[in-house]
Amino acid sequence: MARLFPALLVLVAALFAYAPVMIANAPFESTMGLVQKIFYFHVPSWFVMFSGAFICAWGSVLYLFKGSKDADRYAVTGAELAVVFGLIGLITGPLWARKAWGVWWEWDVKLTLALIVWLTFVAYLLLRRYGGPGADKLAAGVGIFGAANIPFVYYSVNWWRTMHPKTTVVPSLGPGMRGAFWYCVLAFMLLMVLIVMARVRLQRQRAQLDELYLSLED
Amino acid sequence: MFSKRSPWQVLLLLALLLAGPRAAAIVHAQQPQPPKAAQDEFVPINELPPDEKLPAARMLIAAYAVAWIVVAGYLFSIWRRLDRVEHEIADASRRIQQRGPR
Repeated sequence: MARLFPALLVLVAALFAYAPVMIANAPFESTMGLVQKIFYFHVPSWFVMFSGAFICAWGSVLYLFKGSKDADRYAVTGAELAVVFGLIGLITGPLWARKAWGVWWEWDVKLTLALIVWLTFVAYLLLRRYGGPGADKLAAGVGIFGAANIPFVYYSVNWWRTMHPKTTVVPSLGPGMRGAFWYCVLAFMLLMVLIVMARVRLQRQRAQLDELYLSLED
Repeated sequence: MFSKRSPWQVLLLLALLLAGPRAAAIVHAQQPQPPKAAQDEFVPINELPPDEKLPAARMLIAAYAVAWIVVAGYLFSIWRRLDRVEHEIADASRRIQQRGPR
């Protein structure tokens, strides 16, 4: 794992360095023009947000039912990813919407649910930080609840009438747009793997430090 | 019920009644209004007022800048936290070695 990290770091840096070229070469969308190119970072950031939420839920389930400390470390990492990449999605979305829709924000189902899910993971991290003893188990419940909302966020555009583009947009992308889009998704997903490795390592180091302090006190 | 109210209460109520519609009008004026062309007239695009012409490039650059800044900030915070914990581990290990076996 330690040997894989530098190689992955170089690969991710190279992918992100070339991403602007891919995005610039992708064709302009017919009605939105230049501003639609926000899509190439906006959607992959939500991919990472959703993946982070599912990592958090999976880790939380294992922690609650099997007591796995390592799974709990993955859960915290997943929640942090959900908050950080959700924040990118929540900022880049309104920047796109202001030009495309004429408003920064619309309280429609998709946007409102996305905000609620993001706030749920903020709540998870706040609980972990300030909740005191026992908060880890309470936070695990919050993490599972947050991830359970993800399908509603994703499919809301198909179930309810909203301003947001539908889920059919990605499968129907033209060849020029498709390549750039999946390239950016790959870059973001590999960045996520890199962050998970580093963040879980940090949690393990903290556990090791706690053990060292305990042995110093003995 | 009305007879129990003091003159000050009645005055306050009157002031609120008079100020309410004015406050609502101010709030309404501050809301982003839908483009006029979409409702009651067609305006050629080259006659749009300057404040309605939004440059797409500025939005695009802002979006990508935000993404880069947030990711860079997060990576930096992980790196700093790792660095701090590794220093503390080294320090604690040294103290344990100095103390010797018990």
